[in-house]
Amino acid sequence: MCLAIPGKILSSDVNNGVRVGRVQFGGITREACLDFVPEAVVGDYVIVHVGFAISVVDRAEAERSYELLQSMGVLEGELQSDLEPS
Amino acid sequence: MKYLDEYRDERIARGLVAMIAQRATRPWVLMEICGGQTHTLMRFGIDELLPKGVEMVHGPGCPVCVTPLETIDKAINIASRPGVTLISYGDMLRVPGSRTDLFHVKANGGDVRIVYAPTEALKFARANPGRQVVFFAVGFETTAPANAMAVWQAKREGLRNFSMLASHVLVPPAIRALLSSRRNRVQGFIGPGHVCTVMGYREYEDLIREFHVPIVVGGFEPVDLLEAILMLVTQLEEGRAEVENQYVRSVTYQGNLHAQKILGEVFEVCDRKWRGIGGIPESGLNIRQEYADFDADRIFGTQGVTADEPAECISAEVLQGLKKPTDCPAFGVRCTPENPLGAPMVSSEGACAAYYQYRRHLVGAKGSA
Repeated sequence: MCLAIPGKILSSDVNNGVRVGRVQFGGITREACLDFVPEAVVGDYVIVHVGFAISVVDRAEAERSYELLQSMGVLEGELQSDLEPS
Repeated sequence: MKYLDEYRDERIARGLVAMIAQRATRPWVLMEICGGQTHTLMRFGIDELLPKGVEMVHGPGCPVCVTPLETIDKAINIASRPGVTLISYGDMLRVPGSRTDLFHVKANGGDVRIVYAPTEALKFARANPGRQVVFFAVGFETTAPANAMAVWQAKREGLRNFSMLASHVLVPPAIRALLSSRRNRVQGFIGPGHVCTVMGYREYEDLIREFHVPIVVGGFEPVDLLEAILMLVTQLEEGRAEVENQYVRSVTYQGNLHAQKILGEVFEVCDRKWRGIGGIPESGLNIRQEYADFDADRIFGTQGVTADEPAECISAEVLQGLKKPTDCPAFGVRCTPENPLGAPMVSSEGACAAYYQYRRHLVGAKGSA
Protein backbone atom coordinates (compact mmCIF):
# COMPACT_ATOMS: atom_id res chain seq x y z
CA MET A 1 0.00 0.00 0.00
CA CYS A 2 2.96 2.31 0.17
CA LEU A 3 3.58 2.37 -3.54
CA ALA A 4 2.88 5.45 -5.57
CA ILE A 5 1.56 5.09 -9.08
CA PRO A 6 1.86 7.60 -11.90
CA GLY A 7 -1.32 8.42 -13.79
CA LYS A 8 -2.82 11.00 -16.12
CA ILE A 9 -5.40 13.53 -14.91
CA LEU A 10 -8.54 13.18 -17.06
CA SER A 11 -10.79 15.63 -15.23
CA SER A 12 -10.80 18.04 -12.30
CA ASP A 13 -13.77 19.06 -10.12
CA VAL A 14 -14.45 20.40 -6.66
CA ASN A 15 -16.35 17.94 -4.43
CA ASN A 16 -17.22 18.66 -0.79
CA GLY A 17 -14.72 21.51 -0.87
CA VAL A 18 -11.84 19.35 -2.10
CA ARG A 19 -10.37 19.27 -5.60
CA VAL A 20 -10.67 15.78 -7.05
CA GLY A 21 -9.93 14.36 -10.47
CA ARG A 22 -10.33 11.15 -12.40
CA VAL A 23 -6.85 9.77 -12.93
CA GLN A 24 -6.03 7.10 -15.47
CA PHE A 25 -3.60 4.31 -14.60
CA GLY A 26 -3.29 2.24 -17.80
CA GLY A 27 -6.69 0.61 -18.20
CA ILE A 28 -7.96 1.59 -14.73
CA THR A 29 -9.29 4.97 -13.66
CA ARG A 30 -9.65 6.08 -10.06
CA GLU A 31 -10.68 9.22 -8.28
CA ALA A 32 -7.75 11.09 -6.75
CA CYS A 33 -7.50 14.17 -4.57
CA LEU A 34 -5.55 16.98 -6.25
CA ASP A 35 -5.37 19.36 -3.26
CA PHE A 36 -1.67 18.64 -2.65
CA VAL A 37 -0.77 19.54 -6.26
CA PRO A 38 -2.67 22.80 -6.93
CA GLU A 39 -0.41 23.44 -9.93
CA ALA A 40 -1.57 20.29 -11.76
CA VAL A 41 -4.08 20.62 -14.62
CA VAL A 42 -6.03 18.17 -16.78
CA GLY A 43 -3.60 16.27 -19.01
CA ASP A 44 -0.74 16.42 -16.48
CA TYR A 45 0.84 13.28 -15.07
CA VAL A 46 0.92 12.93 -11.29
CA ILE A 47 2.27 10.39 -8.83
CA VAL A 48 -0.69 9.11 -6.80
CA HIS A 49 -0.44 7.47 -3.41
CA VAL A 50 -3.56 6.10 -1.66
CA GLY A 51 -5.78 8.33 -3.77
CA PHE A 52 -3.78 11.54 -3.34
CA ALA A 53 -1.55 13.10 -5.98
CA ILE A 54 1.73 13.99 -4.26
CA SER A 55 3.84 15.32 -7.15
CA VAL A 56 3.68 16.24 -10.83
CA VAL A 57 6.02 14.34 -13.15
CA ASP A 58 6.67 14.38 -16.88
CA ARG A 59 4.97 11.97 -19.23
CA ALA A 60 8.02 9.87 -20.07
CA GLU A 61 8.79 9.39 -16.37
CA ALA A 62 5.18 8.45 -15.68
CA GLU A 63 5.02 5.89 -18.46
CA ARG A 64 8.31 4.28 -17.47
CA SER A 65 7.34 3.96 -13.80
CA TYR A 66 3.92 2.62 -14.71
CA GLU A 67 5.38 -0.11 -16.92
CA LEU A 68 7.80 -1.07 -14.16
CA LEU A 69 5.02 -1.41 -11.56
CA GLN A 70 2.95 -3.38 -14.05
CA SER A 71 5.86 -5.73 -14.75
CA MET A 72 6.23 -6.34 -11.01
CA GLY A 73 2.55 -7.32 -10.83
CA VAL A 74 1.79 -4.96 -7.96
CA LEU A 75 -0.75 -2.62 -9.57
CA GLU A 76 -3.87 -4.68 -8.99
CA GLY A 77 -3.25 -5.06 -5.29
CA GLU A 78 -2.46 -1.39 -4.94
CA LEU A 79 -5.62 -0.22 -6.69
CA GLN A 80 -7.83 -2.89 -5.12
CA SER A 81 -11.09 -1.60 -3.70
CA ASP A 82 -14.34 -3.19 -2.52
CA LEU A 83 -16.11 0.14 -2.87
CA GLU A 84 -15.11 1.43 -6.27
CA PRO A 85 -15.74 -0.58 -9.47
CA SER A 86 -12.73 -0.96 -11.79
CA MET B 1 24.56 -10.61 -15.25
CA LYS B 2 21.50 -12.65 -16.06
CA TYR B 3 19.07 -9.98 -14.97
CA LEU B 4 20.51 -7.10 -16.91
CA ASP B 5 18.77 -7.93 -20.18
CA GLU B 6 15.43 -7.27 -18.46
CA TYR B 7 16.35 -3.66 -17.86
CA ARG B 8 14.82 -1.04 -20.07
CA ASP B 9 18.07 0.92 -19.78
CA GLU B 10 20.37 -2.10 -19.92
CA ARG B 11 23.35 -0.08 -21.12
CA ILE B 12 23.00 2.46 -18.30
CA ALA B 13 22.50 -0.27 -15.69
CA ARG B 14 25.57 -2.13 -16.93
CA GLY B 15 27.60 1.09 -16.78
CA LEU B 16 26.44 1.85 -13.23
CA VAL B 17 27.27 -1.67 -12.02
CA ALA B 18 30.76 -1.32 -13.52
CA MET B 19 31.26 2.07 -11.89
CA ILE B 20 30.18 0.76 -8.48
CA ALA B 21 32.66 -2.12 -8.84
CA GLN B 22 35.38 0.34 -9.78
CA ARG B 23 34.70 2.75 -6.90
CA ALA B 24 34.29 0.16 -4.13
CA THR B 25 37.69 -0.67 -2.69
CA ARG B 26 36.34 -1.86 0.64
CA PRO B 27 33.21 -3.72 1.84
CA TRP B 28 30.20 -1.52 2.54
CA VAL B 29 26.81 -2.32 4.08
CA LEU B 30 23.97 -0.23 2.68
CA MET B 31 20.30 -0.20 3.61
CA GLU B 32 17.28 0.75 1.56
CA ILE B 33 14.60 1.98 3.92
CA CYS B 34 11.54 1.62 1.78
CA GLY B 35 9.80 -1.68 1.05
CA GLY B 36 9.00 -0.55 -2.48
CA GLN B 37 12.73 -0.26 -3.10
CA THR B 38 13.31 -3.72 -1.57
CA HIS B 39 10.82 -5.05 -4.09
CA THR B 40 12.70 -3.52 -7.04
CA LEU B 41 16.05 -4.79 -5.70
CA MET B 42 14.72 -8.34 -5.56
CA ARG B 43 12.77 -8.20 -8.81
CA PHE B 44 15.84 -7.13 -10.77
CA GLY B 45 18.38 -9.08 -8.73
CA ILE B 46 20.31 -5.90 -8.02
CA ASP B 47 21.83 -7.32 -4.85
CA GLU B 48 23.35 -10.10 -6.96
CA LEU B 49 24.72 -7.72 -9.58
CA LEU B 50 26.68 -5.70 -7.05
CA PRO B 51 30.34 -6.40 -6.38
CA LYS B 52 30.82 -8.89 -3.55
CA GLY B 53 31.78 -6.33 -0.93
CA VAL B 54 28.71 -4.13 -1.40
CA GLU B 55 25.93 -5.66 0.66
CA MET B 56 22.31 -4.50 0.69
CA VAL B 57 20.30 -5.02 3.85
CA HIS B 58 16.61 -4.24 3.99
CA GLY B 59 15.05 -1.67 6.25
CA PRO B 60 11.86 -1.26 8.25
CA GLY B 61 10.00 0.74 5.58
CA CYS B 62 7.00 -1.51 5.25
CA PRO B 63 4.13 0.10 7.17
CA VAL B 64 2.13 -3.12 7.27
CA CYS B 65 5.14 -4.93 8.74
CA VAL B 66 5.83 -2.51 11.58
CA THR B 67 2.23 -2.01 12.73
CA PRO B 68 2.24 -3.38 16.30
CA LEU B 69 0.46 -6.65 17.00
CA GLU B 70 -1.78 -4.92 19.54
CA THR B 71 -2.96 -2.45 16.90
CA ILE B 72 -4.00 -5.38 14.67
CA ASP B 73 -5.79 -6.82 17.71
CA LYS B 74 -7.56 -3.49 18.25
CA ALA B 75 -8.73 -3.47 14.62
CA ILE B 76 -9.99 -7.05 14.99
CA ASN B 77 -11.74 -6.12 18.24
CA ILE B 78 -13.49 -3.14 16.64
CA ALA B 79 -14.34 -4.98 13.39
CA SER B 80 -16.03 -7.77 15.36
CA ARG B 81 -18.60 -5.42 16.90
CA PRO B 82 -22.14 -5.16 15.50
CA GLY B 83 -22.94 -2.04 13.51
CA VAL B 84 -19.29 -1.43 12.60
CA THR B 85 -17.78 -1.38 9.12
CA LEU B 86 -14.00 -1.52 9.30
CA ILE B 87 -12.22 -0.31 6.18
CA SER B 88 -8.51 -0.57 5.41
CA TYR B 89 -5.86 -1.10 2.76
CA GLY B 90 -5.82 -4.62 1.28
CA ASP B 91 -2.59 -5.83 2.87
CA MET B 92 -3.89 -5.30 6.39
CA LEU B 93 -6.50 -8.06 6.17
CA ARG B 94 -4.04 -10.95 6.21
CA VAL B 95 -1.64 -9.63 8.85
CA PRO B 96 -1.83 -12.06 11.75
CA GLY B 97 -3.06 -10.67 15.06
CA SER B 98 -2.60 -12.53 18.36
CA ARG B 99 -5.32 -15.06 17.60
CA THR B 100 -6.85 -14.31 14.21
CA ASP B 101 -6.73 -11.81 11.35
CA LEU B 102 -9.19 -9.39 9.75
CA PHE B 103 -9.75 -11.73 6.84
CA HIS B 104 -11.20 -14.32 9.23
CA VAL B 105 -13.33 -11.66 10.91
CA LYS B 106 -14.74 -10.91 7.46
CA ALA B 107 -15.24 -14.61 6.67
CA ASN B 108 -17.17 -14.96 9.92
CA GLY B 109 -19.60 -12.21 9.00
CA GLY B 110 -17.76 -9.07 10.09
CA ASP B 111 -18.12 -6.11 7.75
CA VAL B 112 -14.51 -5.57 6.68
CA ARG B 113 -13.78 -3.83 3.41
CA ILE B 114 -10.76 -2.94 1.33
CA VAL B 115 -10.17 0.43 -0.27
CA TYR B 116 -7.26 2.01 -2.06
CA ALA B 117 -7.89 5.50 -0.63
CA PRO B 118 -9.12 6.84 2.74
CA THR B 119 -11.54 9.15 0.93
CA GLU B 120 -13.48 6.07 -0.21
CA ALA B 121 -14.12 5.21 3.44
CA LEU B 122 -15.39 8.74 3.96
CA LYS B 123 -17.78 8.37 1.03
CA PHE B 124 -19.03 5.10 2.47
CA ALA B 125 -19.68 6.78 5.82
CA ARG B 126 -21.69 9.57 4.18
CA ALA B 127 -23.81 7.02 2.30
CA ASN B 128 -24.35 4.75 5.32
CA PRO B 129 -25.24 6.97 8.30
CA GLY B 130 -26.57 3.96 10.23
CA ARG B 131 -23.15 2.30 10.41
CA GLN B 132 -20.08 3.22 12.43
CA VAL B 133 -17.36 3.42 9.79
CA VAL B 134 -13.81 2.97 11.08
CA PHE B 135 -10.85 3.52 8.80
CA PHE B 136 -7.81 1.53 9.91
CA ALA B 137 -5.00 3.85 8.83
CA VAL B 138 -1.37 2.80 8.77
CA GLY B 139 1.51 4.28 6.87
CA PHE B 140 4.61 6.44 6.80
CA GLU B 141 4.81 10.15 6.03
CA THR B 142 3.72 9.43 2.45
CA THR B 143 0.34 8.11 3.58
CA ALA B 144 -0.29 10.22 6.68
CA PRO B 145 -1.40 13.40 4.81
CA ALA B 146 -4.05 11.45 2.87
CA ASN B 147 -5.35 9.90 6.09
CA ALA B 148 -5.22 13.30 7.80
CA MET B 149 -7.31 14.79 5.03
CA ALA B 150 -10.05 12.20 5.61
CA VAL B 151 -10.26 13.14 9.32
CA TRP B 152 -10.15 16.86 8.53
CA GLN B 153 -12.99 16.50 6.03
CA ALA B 154 -15.06 14.38 8.43
CA LYS B 155 -14.77 17.07 11.10
CA ARG B 156 -15.58 19.86 8.70
CA GLU B 157 -18.68 18.03 7.49
CA GLY B 158 -19.72 17.06 11.02
CA LEU B 159 -19.80 13.35 10.12
CA ARG B 160 -20.78 11.52 13.31
CA ASN B 161 -20.22 7.94 12.07
CA PHE B 162 -16.62 8.14 10.84
CA SER B 163 -13.49 7.54 12.89
CA MET B 164 -9.91 6.42 12.40
CA LEU B 165 -7.74 3.81 14.08
CA ALA B 166 -4.43 5.46 13.27
CA SER B 167 -0.96 3.92 13.48
CA HIS B 168 1.44 6.12 11.55
CA VAL B 169 5.20 5.92 11.73
CA LEU B 170 8.05 8.25 10.80
CA VAL B 171 11.25 7.35 8.98
CA PRO B 172 13.96 9.61 10.52
CA PRO B 173 13.43 8.40 14.13
CA ALA B 174 13.66 4.80 12.87
CA ILE B 175 17.00 5.54 11.18
CA ARG B 176 18.16 7.19 14.42
CA ALA B 177 17.17 4.05 16.37
CA LEU B 178 19.00 1.76 13.92
CA LEU B 179 22.15 3.88 14.03
CA SER B 180 22.06 4.09 17.83
CA SER B 181 21.95 0.32 18.19
CA ARG B 182 25.20 -1.36 19.20
CA ARG B 183 24.46 -4.09 16.67
CA ASN B 184 24.17 -1.68 13.75
CA ARG B 185 26.09 -2.65 10.60
CA VAL B 186 24.64 -0.08 8.19
CA GLN B 187 27.08 2.49 6.78
CA GLY B 188 24.87 4.29 4.28
CA PHE B 189 21.16 4.65 3.55
CA ILE B 190 19.04 4.94 0.43
CA GLY B 191 16.40 7.41 1.60
CA PRO B 192 12.73 6.74 0.85
CA GLY B 193 11.80 8.63 -2.34
CA HIS B 194 8.08 9.01 -1.76
CA VAL B 195 8.34 9.83 1.93
CA CYS B 196 10.75 12.60 0.90
CA THR B 197 8.43 13.70 -1.93
CA VAL B 198 6.06 14.66 0.90
CA MET B 199 8.50 15.68 3.65
CA GLY B 200 11.54 16.90 1.73
CA TYR B 201 14.95 15.96 3.14
CA ARG B 202 15.77 18.66 5.65
CA GLU B 203 15.27 16.21 8.56
CA TYR B 204 17.92 13.89 7.16
CA GLU B 205 20.58 16.57 7.53
CA ASP B 206 20.17 16.37 11.31
CA LEU B 207 20.82 12.62 11.18
CA ILE B 208 24.02 13.15 9.23
CA ARG B 209 25.28 15.73 11.71
CA GLU B 210 24.55 13.28 14.51
CA PHE B 211 25.90 10.05 13.00
CA HIS B 212 28.09 11.04 10.04
CA VAL B 213 26.46 8.50 7.71
CA PRO B 214 25.65 9.28 4.04
CA ILE B 215 22.02 9.25 2.92
CA VAL B 216 20.98 9.37 -0.74
CA VAL B 217 17.27 9.89 -1.41
CA GLY B 218 16.48 7.36 -4.12
CA GLY B 219 13.74 6.49 -6.60
CA PHE B 220 12.16 3.14 -7.27
CA GLU B 221 13.39 2.02 -10.67
CA PRO B 222 16.39 -0.28 -11.03
CA VAL B 223 18.53 2.47 -12.52
CA ASP B 224 17.48 4.83 -9.70
CA LEU B 225 18.66 2.33 -7.11
CA LEU B 226 21.93 1.58 -8.88
CA GLU B 227 22.62 5.30 -9.16
CA ALA B 228 21.82 5.82 -5.46
CA ILE B 229 24.15 2.94 -4.54
CA LEU B 230 26.91 4.47 -6.69
CA MET B 231 26.42 7.85 -4.97
CA LEU B 232 26.61 6.20 -1.54
CA VAL B 233 29.71 4.17 -2.36
CA THR B 234 31.36 7.30 -3.78
CA GLN B 235 30.64 9.26 -0.60
CA LEU B 236 31.87 6.42 1.61
CA GLU B 237 35.07 5.94 -0.37
CA GLU B 238 35.73 9.68 -0.20
CA GLY B 239 34.98 9.84 3.51
CA ARG B 240 32.01 12.17 2.99
CA ALA B 241 28.63 12.01 4.71
CA GLU B 242 25.99 14.19 3.06
CA VAL B 243 22.37 14.09 2.03
CA GLU B 244 22.14 13.80 -1.72
CA ASN B 245 19.01 13.59 -3.83
CA GLN B 246 19.04 11.04 -6.63
CA TYR B 247 15.24 11.21 -7.12
CA VAL B 248 15.12 14.84 -8.30
CA ARG B 249 12.20 13.99 -10.62
CA SER B 250 9.88 13.93 -7.62
CA VAL B 251 11.72 15.14 -4.50
CA THR B 252 12.50 18.73 -3.54
CA TYR B 253 14.35 19.99 -0.47
CA GLN B 254 11.18 21.33 1.14
CA GLY B 255 8.85 18.56 0.03
CA ASN B 256 5.13 19.02 -0.53
CA LEU B 257 4.11 21.85 1.80
CA HIS B 258 0.37 21.36 1.15
CA ALA B 259 0.59 17.76 2.34
CA GLN B 260 2.75 18.71 5.36
CA LYS B 261 0.21 21.35 6.40
CA ILE B 262 -2.75 18.98 6.67
CA LEU B 263 -0.55 16.37 8.37
CA GLY B 264 0.38 18.88 11.10
CA GLU B 265 -3.20 20.06 11.42
CA VAL B 266 -4.60 16.62 12.30
CA PHE B 267 -1.67 14.65 13.76
CA GLU B 268 0.99 15.24 16.40
CA VAL B 269 4.25 13.43 16.99
CA CYS B 270 4.16 10.70 19.66
CA ASP B 271 6.26 7.78 20.91
CA ARG B 272 5.39 4.63 18.95
CA LYS B 273 5.94 0.91 19.26
CA TRP B 274 7.15 -0.79 16.06
CA ARG B 275 6.30 -4.42 15.52
CA GLY B 276 9.40 -6.51 15.98
CA ILE B 277 11.55 -3.54 16.97
CA GLY B 278 9.91 -2.11 20.08
CA GLY B 279 9.33 1.44 21.23
CA ILE B 280 11.03 4.31 19.38
CA PRO B 281 10.73 7.83 20.87
CA GLU B 282 8.84 10.40 18.79
CA SER B 283 8.50 7.98 15.89
CA GLY B 284 4.74 8.03 15.35
CA LEU B 285 1.78 10.28 14.74
CA ASN B 286 -1.33 10.43 16.91
CA ILE B 287 -4.64 12.16 16.26
CA ARG B 288 -4.62 15.59 17.95
CA GLN B 289 -6.96 16.35 20.85
CA GLU B 290 -8.96 18.73 18.62
CA TYR B 291 -9.91 15.70 16.50
CA ALA B 292 -10.50 13.30 19.42
CA ASP B 293 -14.10 12.72 18.31
CA PHE B 294 -12.68 10.92 15.29
CA ASP B 295 -10.15 8.76 17.14
CA ALA B 296 -11.44 5.17 17.05
CA ASP B 297 -9.03 4.11 19.81
CA ARG B 298 -10.78 6.50 22.23
CA ILE B 299 -14.32 5.99 20.90
CA PHE B 300 -14.15 2.19 21.17
CA GLY B 301 -12.05 2.18 24.35
CA THR B 302 -9.29 -0.02 22.98
CA GLN B 303 -6.35 1.99 24.41
CA GLY B 304 -5.56 -0.73 26.93
CA VAL B 305 -5.19 -3.62 24.46
CA THR B 306 -1.69 -5.17 24.58
CA ALA B 307 -0.14 -8.24 22.94
CA ASP B 308 3.07 -10.29 22.93
CA GLU B 309 4.85 -11.06 19.67
CA PRO B 310 5.13 -14.67 18.44
CA ALA B 311 8.51 -16.17 19.28
CA GLU B 312 9.36 -17.90 16.01
CA CYS B 313 9.19 -14.89 13.69
CA ILE B 314 12.58 -13.16 13.31
CA SER B 315 11.07 -10.05 11.72
CA ALA B 316 12.72 -7.87 14.36
CA GLU B 317 16.16 -8.75 13.02
CA VAL B 318 15.04 -8.65 9.39
CA LEU B 319 13.52 -5.19 9.81
CA GLN B 320 16.75 -3.89 11.36
CA GLY B 321 18.95 -5.31 8.64
CA LEU B 322 20.62 -7.76 11.03
CA LYS B 323 19.34 -10.86 9.23
CA LYS B 324 18.07 -11.77 5.78
CA PRO B 325 14.69 -13.48 5.36
CA THR B 326 16.48 -16.63 4.20
CA ASP B 327 18.26 -16.81 7.58
CA CYS B 328 14.93 -17.71 9.18
CA PRO B 329 14.31 -21.45 9.71
CA ALA B 330 10.58 -20.92 9.11
CA PHE B 331 11.08 -19.06 5.80
CA GLY B 332 9.29 -20.78 2.94
CA VAL B 333 8.51 -23.77 5.16
CA ARG B 334 6.25 -22.80 8.05
CA CYS B 335 5.99 -19.21 6.89
CA THR B 336 4.68 -18.49 3.38
CA PRO B 337 2.50 -15.73 1.91
CA GLU B 338 -0.48 -18.11 2.24
CA ASN B 339 0.27 -18.86 5.90
CA PRO B 340 2.39 -16.01 7.22
CA LEU B 341 3.89 -16.12 10.71
CA GLY B 342 4.80 -12.47 10.56
CA ALA B 343 3.87 -9.32 8.71
CA PRO B 344 6.95 -9.08 6.42
CA MET B 345 5.66 -12.19 4.65
CA VAL B 346 2.24 -10.59 4.10
CA SER B 347 2.78 -7.20 2.60
CA SER B 348 3.85 -6.77 -0.99
CA GLU B 349 6.52 -4.48 0.44
CA GLY B 350 7.71 -6.86 3.12
CA ALA B 351 11.25 -8.17 2.67
CA CYS B 352 10.21 -11.79 3.30
CA ALA B 353 7.43 -11.62 0.71
CA ALA B 354 9.80 -10.04 -1.81
CA TYR B 355 12.39 -12.79 -1.26
CA TYR B 356 9.68 -15.44 -1.52
CA GLN B 357 8.10 -13.98 -4.63
CA TYR B 358 11.40 -13.82 -6.48
CA ARG B 359 12.17 -17.41 -5.59
CA ARG B 360 14.99 -16.76 -3.17
CA HIS B 361 13.52 -19.59 -1.09
CA LEU B 362 14.77 -22.00 -3.76
CA VAL B 363 18.35 -21.16 -2.86
CA GLY B 364 17.29 -21.73 0.74
CA ALA B 365 20.14 -22.25 3.14
CA LYS B 366 22.63 -20.63 0.75
CA GLY B 367 20.85 -17.56 1.92
CA SER B 368 21.70 -14.01 1.28
CA ALA B 369 23.45 -12.51 -1.69
